[in-house]
Amino acid sequence: MISNTRTPYFLSAPALGLFGLMVLFPFLLTFLLSFQRFDHQVGIVPGYTLDVYKHILNDSFYWEVFGRTAWVSLSTTLLCVLIGAPEAYVLSRMRAPWRSFFLVIILSPLLISVVVRAFGWSLVLGPAGLLNSFLQSIGLDRVRILYTPTAVVIALVHVMLPFMVIPVWTSLQKLDPQIENAALSLGASKFQVWWRVVLPQITPGLLSGALIVFALSASAFAIPGLVGGRRVKMVATLIYDEYLHELNWPLGAAIALILLLVNLLVMYVTQKMMEGRYARRMGS
Amino acid sequence: MNHTDYLSLQGLSKSYGKVTALSDFNLSVAQGEFISLLGPSGCGKTTTLQLLAGFVQPSAGDIFLNGKSITHLPPNERGLGIVFQSYALFPHMTVRENVSFGLEMRNMDPVERIERVNRILAMVQLDAYADRYPRDLSGGQRQRVALARAIVIEPPVLLLDEPLSNLDAKLREAMQFELRRIQRKLGTTTLMVTHDQAEALSISDRVVVMDSGRIQQIDAPHALYESSDSKFVSTFVGKTNFLSATVRARSLQLSTDLHVQTHEPIGHEGSKVTLSIRPEKLKFAQVSDTPKLKVQIKERFFLGNLWLYRVDSELGELEVSCINDGMAPKNESGVEHLTWDDAHFKVMSAPEALK
Repeated sequence: MISNTRTPYFLSAPALGLFGLMVLFPFLLTFLLSFQRFDHQVGIVPGYTLDVYKHILNDSFYWEVFGRTAWVSLSTTLLCVLIGAPEAYVLSRMRAPWRSFFLVIILSPLLISVVVRAFGWSLVLGPAGLLNSFLQSIGLDRVRILYTPTAVVIALVHVMLPFMVIPVWTSLQKLDPQIENAALSLGASKFQVWWRVVLPQITPGLLSGALIVFALSASAFAIPGLVGGRRVKMVATLIYDEYLHELNWPLGAAIALILLLVNLLVMYVTQKMMEGRYARRMGS
Repeated sequence: MNHTDYLSLQGLSKSYGKVTALSDFNLSVAQGEFISLLGPSGCGKTTTLQLLAGFVQPSAGDIFLNGKSITHLPPNERGLGIVFQSYALFPHMTVRENVSFGLEMRNMDPVERIERVNRILAMVQLDAYADRYPRDLSGGQRQRVALARAIVIEPPVLLLDEPLSNLDAKLREAMQFELRRIQRKLGTTTLMVTHDQAEALSISDRVVVMDSGRIQQIDAPHALYESSDSKFVSTFVGKTNFLSATVRARSLQLSTDLHVQTHEPIGHEGSKVTLSIRPEKLKFAQVSDTPKLKVQIKERFFLGNLWLYRVDSELGELEVSCINDGMAPKNESGVEHLTWDDAHFKVMSAPEALK
């Protein structure tokens, strides 16, 4: 017979074991790897140094890639907020049959393979794609979008939108439908109702959506790889190159850890900033 | 239009597809009056309130406020104060911010605004809770915040949607008097929707009884209770006993040797009518009274201040209620005699009597 205090550990053992094997163990290996050094003649050199980190910090190339990743992720997040929040609001106001129909449409990017989705965008944005055919047909010049950061942002927004719509939609569901009427009866305009009553109440949903979108965009690999091409290098594609083309595993590991660190830092700071401001207000 | 009517609803109707929620609603309200719309759920009382608030557009009819039509004004231009059943307080704002919201929307001078908010909070006895959030308040306190938020804008008309239904019985009673006190003090014309007849009777100047989207009767509470001439109103407002009778020359015949004297002629001799008498108008005969009807007590219920008896008689089952005077009640299955004053019988109106 197992004592009561041990039962929880016993029950969660399979999950913990899986987590340890699939997440903690590779993470630990990557962590150790990042403190080693790579030599093109002999491969990974034994011993631990900070050389790789020094190399990254002193080379403007890496700063540029991290910078590009940051602003692509930020633009994606911002666009997702601007599109996703009104979208969730409109969705929550729809009637029964249409609501589920449009919800499925919004979720549809998640149901399609990332590769198919990325090639789909290549077809639309490419030199002879839908967009350029359209521009030509109305007598405008062709634009070069594919293999630019703009294309990456467009494709990322498409994929990330569900992660913004769902948390916002959830917080909208918790709203008392009479609250907007109450604000109207007190003389608020439609915009004031939105700005002063609805928006503050969905802010927590908006924030968690933004954090998810930012973190996923910053570590996105397939979209930057396929829509951004070789020219628009982002952190995740850089890691891939270091591991598989340069075979410089320690450098790839170090970049991966820096990405993780920056991501965690962004989340922590946002959470801290917003907690002080909204925790008391929203009672969380 | 009569210009002494402050708020007037004329021929107001609302249908959703084939369903008629409200038909031909006519009501004139004097300034400062407290009106209750009373009826079972689905009777159209909430629809009436939403039409007044402007959340729903009428299919036909007009609403006049102070002589001007507000029928097609959007809700945010009507300036009416509304207390919602769910209170609909802004959860992300403190009590003070909630109350202040309507004044901010009116761009009121901050000094005057703060002063006005403080005055109203003191009036509803919430000044000590001004900086709390709604979730930290009890049901009764939230109710008062909702009321304060609605009256602080000094609305021409205050609309209350089942304002007390979420409170427990004791608090509800206290809030009824509180609501009436504040309404009297401010003199705000008020319409309250309720399904609770005791609430409607206790605090209104007039009660509008509604059923199936139509007005059944509009009267002052006492008159409504004492002289309702429709079966629906007599059963919905209080309890009553229905008896069938045959019209005779100068009386109504209940049974072979039981007659009710009437002052005015009722109808053709020999025709059938329905009479109603309230349980508290029936009395158990004392030694000095003339017994009129022999009954056998079937059941008795103790209601604290009242005893309610269910009795069998040759006229069918009747309900009799007596004040609890501290004496022992009548025995169950005991045989007693009833007496009454013939004036307390009400003849139900003709179309109703046919039912």
